[in-house]
Amino acid sequence: MLSFVIRRLGTMALTMLCLTMIVFFLVNLGPNLKKLAISQTEMHTSAEQLEAWLVNHGYRQNFFVRYGQWLGIMPKQPVTDPATGKPAQRFSFCNDPVVPTFSGILQGDFGCSTKFKTTVASKLFPALSATGILMLCVLAVMVPISLLVGILAGMREGSRTDRTLSVASIASTATPEYVSGVIFTVIFASWLGVLNGSAASASQGITFYNFTLPVMTLAIYGIGYIARMTRASMVEVMTQQYIRTARLKGLSFGSVVIKHALRNALIAPFTVIMLQFPWLLTGVVIVEVMFRYQGFGYTLVEAAGNNDIDLLLGCSLVSVFIVLITQLISDVGYAFLNPRIRVQ
Amino acid sequence: MQVEYLSALNVVLGVLARFWPVWIALALVMGASFGYKKKLGLYGQLFDSGVGIVGVGICLFWLFTAIFASTISPFDPLAQVPIMKDALPGAIEPASKLVYYFGGDKLARDVFSRMVYGSQIVLIIAPAATGFALMVGITLGLPAGYYGGRIDTVLSFLANLVLAFPVILLFYLLVTPGIMDTPIPYAMAGLFFLFPIIFFSVLFWTRYKNRPDRLYILLGLTLVLGGWIYAGLVFDADPFKIIHIDPNQLNIFVAVVFASSPGVFRIVRGLVMDIKTRDYVAAAQTRGESPWYIMLWEILPNARGPLIVDACLRIGYTTILLGTLGYFGLGLAPESPDWGTAIKDASRLLRSFIHPALPPTIALMSFVLGLNLLADSLREQSMKD
Repeated sequence: MLSFVIRRLGTMALTMLCLTMIVFFLVNLGPNLKKLAISQTEMHTSAEQLEAWLVNHGYRQNFFVRYGQWLGIMPKQPVTDPATGKPAQRFSFCNDPVVPTFSGILQGDFGCSTKFKTTVASKLFPALSATGILMLCVLAVMVPISLLVGILAGMREGSRTDRTLSVASIASTATPEYVSGVIFTVIFASWLGVLNGSAASASQGITFYNFTLPVMTLAIYGIGYIARMTRASMVEVMTQQYIRTARLKGLSFGSVVIKHALRNALIAPFTVIMLQFPWLLTGVVIVEVMFRYQGFGYTLVEAAGNNDIDLLLGCSLVSVFIVLITQLISDVGYAFLNPRIRVQ
Repeated sequence: MQVEYLSALNVVLGVLARFWPVWIALALVMGASFGYKKKLGLYGQLFDSGVGIVGVGICLFWLFTAIFASTISPFDPLAQVPIMKDALPGAIEPASKLVYYFGGDKLARDVFSRMVYGSQIVLIIAPAATGFALMVGITLGLPAGYYGGRIDTVLSFLANLVLAFPVILLFYLLVTPGIMDTPIPYAMAGLFFLFPIIFFSVLFWTRYKNRPDRLYILLGLTLVLGGWIYAGLVFDADPFKIIHIDPNQLNIFVAVVFASSPGVFRIVRGLVMDIKTRDYVAAAQTRGESPWYIMLWEILPNARGPLIVDACLRIGYTTILLGTLGYFGLGLAPESPDWGTAIKDASRLLRSFIHPALPPTIALMSFVLGLNLLADSLREQSMKD
C-alpha cells in the first residue's frame, strides 16, 4: 500500500513537471510575450521599446534557464536599471530581490502577478479560499441530493420512480453551467426576483440571497452524473444473492435497502464524486465569471486573458494538483472501502 | 415608425410554420424508420422505447434544422435592422413585413435566425471533431491495450497528462488569437488529421494484403481522398478550392479533438484489454494472423457497442465544449451565430432583456439532451442482447 502511494506520488510529480513545462512553453510563445509587453508598457510604444522591455525584464533568457528560475533550481537574476546601470528589482511591486537568489516554486515563491501588481501568493490564496467555500457549499448540496436520487431510482429497477428520476438525471447532465446559470437567473432573479443574479457581494459576506444561484448552477450538472452512477451501482447490488437472502429471511424492504444494500452501493459513487472535482473546476470558472464571484476561476480567466505568466502558472499548478490528488484519494479510498481490491 | 407585434399564440404558430421543411423530413424519416424497424438492426431497436424515439427525434430535428437553415430562417443571421434593437418577441419588421419571432438582440439581429444558423456550426464541428477524436483514440488505444508494456505506459502517461489539464485552461492556452501566428495549431492539425489516413490504410492493408485487386483500389481511394482533404484542411491547399477551413475554426477544431481524444483512448484501451482474453482472439492468434489484423478486424468490431454509445455522449459533450469556447469568446468570431457566443452576449444583459438568452440555451440543452437520451437507449438495447 505504502509503496503504491509513493509510486503514485512520483508519477504525480513527473506529471506536474511535464504539465507546467507545457504551460510555461505556451505562455512564453512570441505573440503572448508581445501581448504582455504591450499591456505592461505605456501606449504607443515602438516595437524596439517593447523588445527592450522584454529583454530588460529577463523574458528573453534561455527557455530552460527561465523555467529553472520559476521552479527554483536556478537563481533569479535582478534586472539592470537602464538609467543607473545598477541591479534593480524586476518588479518593484513584488519586492523582487536585487541579488541573484534561488526563489521559485520549490522555495515557496510563486512569482509576481503583472496584472494585479502584487505577488501571486497574495492573489491566489485568498481566491482559493473563496472558491473553497463555494466548493464546500456545492458538495454539501450535490452529494446528498444525488445519492438520494440514485438510491431511490436504483432501489426498484424499471419502476416509475426509476424512469422519472433517470430522465431527470439525463436532463441535468445535458445542462452545462452556462445554460443552467442563464435559466436559473431568468427564473429566480428576473421573474421571481427572490435571488440575486450576481455574487459579487458574496466576497464581503455570504448570504442565502447572493450565494444560492452559483451553488445551484454548479451542483445541477454534477447531480445527474453522480445520481446515474449511484443508480447503476444500486441496481447491481440489488440483484445480489445476499439481498435476496435478506428478503427471504423476512426483513422489510426498507431495512434491507438501508442495512444491506447501501453500504455496498456507495463504494462506486465515492470514486465518481472524487473524480468529479476536475469537472467542478471547469464549472467553477464558468460560474465565477457568470456571477462575478472573485474566486479561483475568476483569477484564472483574468490571468489567461492578460497573459499574466506567473499567475497563470500558479493557477495551472493548483488545478493540476487538485486533479491528481483527487485521483490518488479516489484510488486509495476505493481500496479502503472495498476489501476485495488490493492495490499493487 | 412604430413596430407592431404579433400575439403570443401567433408567434408559436409562426415558429412552427417556419420549421415546415423539418417537419416534412422528420415525418418521412421517422415514418420510414418505424415501418422498417425490424430490418434496421440496432437503429431499428431504438424505436421500441419512448426514450429512444424522443432521442432520435430531437437529434434528427436539429440535423434537418441545420440542413434547411437558409429556408427556415427569415433573416440573415448577421443582418442588422436598427429599428429592431432589443425588440420583443413577435415584432414585425416594418420594411419586409417579416417577423422577429424571438425578438432582436442588442445589435438588432434576429434571435430566431441566429439560433437556426447556430445549429449549422454546432452540427458540423461537433460530430466531425468527435469523429477525429475517435480515430485518434482508436488508433492509439488498440496497440496500448493489445501490446501492453512500454507502449501502454508511454501512451497512458500522455493521455493522463492531457486529462489532468482542466479543459478550460487547455482552451485558454490553445485557442488564443496569438497562437495562430505560431505553427502550433497547424502542426497539431497535421498530426491529428494523419490518424484517419493511417487508420483506413492499415484497416484495408491487413484485410486485403493477399488480394491485390481489392487492396490497390481501396488503398488508392483512401490515399487520394485522405490526401485531398488533408491538403485542404491543414495547408489550405486544396487544388479544387472546395475544402477550406478558417484558421480560427481549425484552431478550435484541433483544440476540441485534443481535449477529447484521451477519453476515447482510455475507453478503447480498457475494452481491448477485456476483449483480448476471449477465445476468438486466441483462435486468430493461433491461425497466425498479424497483430493489427486481430486488433482491427477481431477486437474492434466486438467493441463497437460501447463505442457507439460513447460517441453519442461525446458529440453531446463536444457541443458543450464548443458552447464553453463561445461563452468565453475563444476562437469563434464575435459575430458568429453559434449558441455559446449567443449565450455569452445575452447573459451579460439579463437584467434588462431576457428574450435573447433563452432560444440558444434551450437549443443547446435540447440537442445535448437528445444525444444523451439516444445514448441511454442505445446502451439499454445493446444490453438486451
